[in-house]
Amino acid sequence: MNAVTTPTHAMKMGDLTRKDVEHTDEVAMRVENLDLYYGESHALKRVNMTIPRNRVTAIIGPSGCGKSTLLRCFNRMNDLVDACRVEGKILLDGKNVYDPDVNVALLRRRVGMVFQKPNPFPKTIYENVAYGLRIIGVNDKKVLDETVEKSLRGAALWDEVKDRLSESGLSLSGGQQQRLVIARAVALEPEVLLLDEPASALDPISTAKLEELINELKDKYTIVIVTHNMQQAARISDFTAFMYLGELIEFGKTDTLFIKPGQKQTEDYITGRFG
Amino acid sequence: MNEHTLKQYDAELENIRARVLQMGGLVEQQIIQGMKGLGEGDLALLDHVIGEDTRVNAAEVALDEACSHIIARHQPAAVDLRMIMTVIKTITDLERIGDEAKKIAKMARKIHGGESGFTPRVELRHVAELAVAMLRQALDAFARLDVAAAADVVRQDKQVDAEFKGILRQIITFMMEDPRTISRGLEIVFIAKAIERIGDHAKNISEYVVYLVKGRDVRHIGLAGIEKEISTP
Ligand SMILES: Nc1ncnc2c1ncn2[C@@H]1O[C@H](COP(=O)(O)OP(=O)(O)O)[C@@H](O)[C@H]1O
Ligand SMILES: [Mg+2]
Repeated sequence: MNAVTTPTHAMKMGDLTRKDVEHTDEVAMRVENLDLYYGESHALKRVNMTIPRNRVTAIIGPSGCGKSTLLRCFNRMNDLVDACRVEGKILLDGKNVYDPDVNVALLRRRVGMVFQKPNPFPKTIYENVAYGLRIIGVNDKKVLDETVEKSLRGAALWDEVKDRLSESGLSLSGGQQQRLVIARAVALEPEVLLLDEPASALDPISTAKLEELINELKDKYTIVIVTHNMQQAARISDFTAFMYLGELIEFGKTDTLFIKPGQKQTEDYITGRFG
Repeated sequence: MNEHTLKQYDAELENIRARVLQMGGLVEQQIIQGMKGLGEGDLALLDHVIGEDTRVNAAEVALDEACSHIIARHQPAAVDLRMIMTVIKTITDLERIGDEAKKIAKMARKIHGGESGFTPRVELRHVAELAVAMLRQALDAFARLDVAAAADVVRQDKQVDAEFKGILRQIITFMMEDPRTISRGLEIVFIAKAIERIGDHAKNISEYVVYLVKGRDVRHIGLAGIEKEISTP
């Protein structure tokens, strides 16, 4: 719980040395006393955690422990579920995203999401990336062209598709589709990128490419990734949260969590001796 | 991981632990027999000690392989990872202890095999017993994950160092009084130095045990630092 410190007033000042920033990671989002119910079922229990800015935070835990549920809270995707009730706060720049006056569409632009199964639209590669921009009213051809290229480059896909932008997004391989979806999210220049088991449908080589991409993306974005693959969490994340039965059992630096976890339950889980 | 794989994993880890202790027993015997051979001039026993080196080396190589295997197959994490790291380091120190025991036996062979010269009368048995006790306790600490015992070994190392310095002083006195003792004296210095090094290796192993249990690297932080570390939960 103590790995990420609260941003102090000092951090708001512009004269931080690099060392300070590395030691006191800045907070991108903060979860405060979050409870979530699906009808009667209590799916998240008093979750408190901070998401450090420009870092990769992994959420791990056994199936059904609430990883996706927690992830969906960050951009209120749970609003789409009937009978889902949320208590507590999630702060983005000090503002509770669950406040009634929050513009949810805007929130989802700032906090983008990539799902487990690559889900490109049945449109051209170009339109898949341009889609989000068109929705927010960008129609200038030059701006669109530039953003599409920049986003595809950002998603490490440009070189593979630059000569076939007018082909269908569905003609790409699974790994390419997943990077296309990331390009689509990146096109809106979000601050936070949520990834829910993005590699679960990919082969090992595509997975390695995606992991490399995630590592590059963290320079610009804050990344939260749900993964059922512990080795993947160990490889790519800076911070790891371990959840069990809707509770956040342990949260800390990935190195610490995988070498000397503080909780017996975490240790049992990551050494495969759970249950 | 399914139950079957897990059982096999646990069995492999347990097997590695047991073999480290076995290897420790092997080098412990090497020291004891080397010192016995030195005391009694038993050349056959000394040859045996020198020959045992091959077995110790083989044990190190086999354990190294077993650790690589378990890393590749199971990607150990947390306490399992620390255990494997500890084993990899511990066996290096055990192998070095074997080398030191071999040095003792070789020197002893030289002393007893050559013509009887002028040998300074220096008592090495006590310091050797201390070093053996340190090794035994370090292995014990490893087997029982006992950080208090490990810290105790670090403490004892100071005593062995002090004994070594005392022995050195004694031998130098002999050499100054009678230069004919110089050649033998040097051989005895080498033996004393080997014993002192054995203590150092036992101390290293104890520090790995603290890492294994506490997850904190306590090398180079001194005894006070280690005691502080083990007193925090
Ligand atoms: N839309 C939903 N309606 C009702 N219950 C749900 C819904 N989504 C998830 N749950 C339940 O909430 C719990 C957590 O699920 P989820 O967040 O998907 O777990 P994870 O991603 O860790 O596998 C599970 O018990 C699951 O059955
Ligand atoms: Mg899920």
